Amino acid sequence: MSEVAAMDAGVEPAEAPLTPENWGKLGMWLFLAGDAMSFGCLIVGYGILRHASSTWPVPKDVLGINLTAFMTFLLIVSSVWMVLALAAIQEGNKPRFNKFLGLTILGGALFLGCQAYEWTHLLGHRLPELGISFTNNLFATTFFILTGFHGMHVTGGVVYNTCVLAAVNRGRYEAKHVEIAGLYWHFVDLVWILIFTFVYLL
Amino acid sequence: MTSTSHSASAYIKIFYILLVLTIAEVAIVYMGLPKLLLAGLLVIFAVWKASLVAMHFMHLKFEKKTLAVVALAPFVLCVFLILMLTSDIFPR
Repeated sequence: MSEVAAMDAGVEPAEAPLTPENWGKLGMWLFLAGDAMSFGCLIVGYGILRHASSTWPVPKDVLGINLTAFMTFLLIVSSVWMVLALAAIQEGNKPRFNKFLGLTILGGALFLGCQAYEWTHLLGHRLPELGISFTNNLFATTFFILTGFHGMHVTGGVVYNTCVLAAVNRGRYEAKHVEIAGLYWHFVDLVWILIFTFVYLL
Repeated sequence: MTSTSHSASAYIKIFYILLVLTIAEVAIVYMGLPKLLLAGLLVIFAVWKASLVAMHFMHLKFEKKTLAVVALAPFVLCVFLILMLTSDIFPR
């Protein structure tokens, strides 16, 4: 035994192989890697079109950043509620889990409400004032495609989290399923952090 | 869950860092810094925030390396994508 230990001393211990217990997690990570490529292509495409254009407006002057800063805050808070919900279910504390996952869903729904308001305002007032529209201006096109694609992810996340909340309370889902749902939700938060910076602030 | 190193208080701490970074981002936009400096700072803050979310909320810091490799793949591919598109960004 001691000889083996001595031989292994300089070598990093081999990683435990993936087991059926965490296949789900691997599956979600693979999906997210693919999804990250979708967002990556959209953001890189946005950057190239913007670089090539001579008439690109300053985004923050058109879009305004106060509401979106609040939306960023909403997603970050709801991400924190998600990890607290996970910590609660891992401790077996169902009421605390229900409270925090409920808040997570509420945060996502509020984000969507803000985005609906923002889009309505932009499409109904701000863009017509500037004489541009979704179809005749690359800035507007890329903006709505990027934030729309992200908004659909948030919608999906709200539905997903609601299903998880129901399934846990029916006893069909446990902590590991919540962790997988959490990965998706944090990814949506992470992408918004990048969109907020690259599309609104930069 | 293999690691015990994430507790509620640790998550709250990350939350405050993310909050401060977000406020800092908005603040420097309003400060009217030179364009290049502003862009550099914003990219640093954004990458910093994104990696905090991935490392702590998505537990990448405490995970198997297999998952980290999966997570890293899209970034490598995006760098490749940008490299391949440089001829469009800087036309001759």
